[in-house]
Amino acid sequence: MSQATTKTQRRVSWFEATARQRLAALLDPGSFTEFLGPAAREISPHLALFSLPAQFDDGIVIGKAKLRGHEVFAAAQEGRFMGGAFGEVHGAKLVGLLRAAKAASRDAVLLLDTGGVRLQEANAGELAISEIIRAIVDLRTGGHSVIGLIGGRAGCFGGGGIIAGCCTRLIVSEPGRISVSGPEVIETNRGVEEFDSQDRALVWRTMGGKHRYLTGGADCFVDDDTAAFRAAAIENLAGRTPLTVSVLEAEQARLKARLRRFGTAKDGSEVWQALGVTNPASVPGMDTEEFLNAVRAVRESADDAR
Amino acid sequence: MTHDELLSKLFPASHNVIVQDGLVFGGGTLGGSQPVHVIGVAERSFLGVEGAIALAKHVLSAVKGTARHPILVLVDSRSQHMSRHDELMGLNEFLAHLAKCLLLAAAQGHRTVALLYGGSAAGAFIATALACDTLLALPGANPEVMDLPSIARVTKLPLEKLQEMAAATPVFAPGLENFAQTGAVAQTLDPAGDLAAQVLEALSRPPASDERDRLGAERGGRPRAAEIATKVCREAKTA
Repeated sequence: MSQATTKTQRRVSWFEATARQRLAALLDPGSFTEFLGPAAREISPHLALFSLPAQFDDGIVIGKAKLRGHEVFAAAQEGRFMGGAFGEVHGAKLVGLLRAAKAASRDAVLLLDTGGVRLQEANAGELAISEIIRAIVDLRTGGHSVIGLIGGRAGCFGGGGIIAGCCTRLIVSEPGRISVSGPEVIETNRGVEEFDSQDRALVWRTMGGKHRYLTGGADCFVDDDTAAFRAAAIENLAGRTPLTVSVLEAEQARLKARLRRFGTAKDGSEVWQALGVTNPASVPGMDTEEFLNAVRAVRESADDAR
Repeated sequence: MTHDELLSKLFPASHNVIVQDGLVFGGGTLGGSQPVHVIGVAERSFLGVEGAIALAKHVLSAVKGTARHPILVLVDSRSQHMSRHDELMGLNEFLAHLAKCLLLAAAQGHRTVALLYGGSAAGAFIATALACDTLLALPGANPEVMDLPSIARVTKLPLEKLQEMAAATPVFAPGLENFAQTGAVAQTLDPAGDLAAQVLEALSRPPASDERDRLGAERGGRPRAAEIATKVCREAKTA
């Protein structure tokens, strides 16, 4: 790529991009080798029972590639297919990739874009999430990093959120929502007084990328731009340390401190106020640069206690 | 089986297991011979941020001790606590923290065994029972991802139709038998037999690695998972 084209390159939205477009923009050009690609036609054996169409990659693209010359294993969920949800084949592809990364001594990058478990194959999906968590911990205790990238249209919900919490580092953009119970799930179970899922601003203030970055739920906040995700992934892969008991002790202290400090807050804006953000009400409207400048000094950093 | 009945069968001599706000903490001597740490969720409680961190703390203090006693996780829960407060605090990190603590404990040489004797669902299930090396269950246990009426609502299928489909495949419907077939449950214990002896027997057989997908293939509840993961590993090696 020449200097001239780099300069005139247009911003490409991570949110709007497909899983394959994200991988192409994230990884070194031409370096991606897909495993069990669409030609293998490994489709879900369960969707037909529900008269639902299958997809040849079951909504996840996995393989190996280079990230600024560094060999990595990568997986990207396709949020447009079944909401990026974990089914049997989808989940097993990621389990296999993480086990293969361990065998090959490689770091992994996970482009998470998921509503959680695919209900049509719920038990298989739930179990796959547990196997993924185990494989991530295995990889990390062996000294390898697992970097999560979150900014897709399906967000990162349900068991996907728990997987995110097991990554070494998390990179988010503003549309990247991370939670276990999604807005609709809370509203359905607890009523609209507890959570109005139609209130988009409330959703962002409770589980959006800015809130997660402010409270240490994510490590890096970037523009909704594939180039920004690439730069952040390169930066966050470097120099990580293994997952140990001391890391978990530090995480325990960090999460306890969060509950102590913000546990009585009713709304994200109250948390931001308590953090010392000068004008919390203006946070949702800030662009990335303004936001980072306004919060850098006061945000809670996870400091690798994850 | 109630929590108290379970404890008296597991720990015939004595134990110091307590239940506090639906959370289980303590220890005992399993079958009068094997000291174990105990954590868990009781009384069909939801697991939220405060509960997850309290359980994780207990696991970490077990790991910091010198003895590598097994950790027994007794589970009768509901799902994760679904609330604005829990999500505002970052419930995903708290549940992940608990799961990581259990997995690191296993990596440090503790046997981690869960005994599911009641309900469990969704995120609470992932962070407790499913994060142990071995999951045992008692008949009558009811693990689920989501109940059938809720699945009906989300998938927009009539409940009667779903019930019909549930009888034909173990892959989506709630229940112990369905989860056992997918490989989640290593063994269902015999409640009429000596429970402590059965748990001790399971403790003596640590799995070498995560065998749940292979088990699911053998039992027919997850026909493809093990094969897919193996294929990926093979392609990765040759690519």
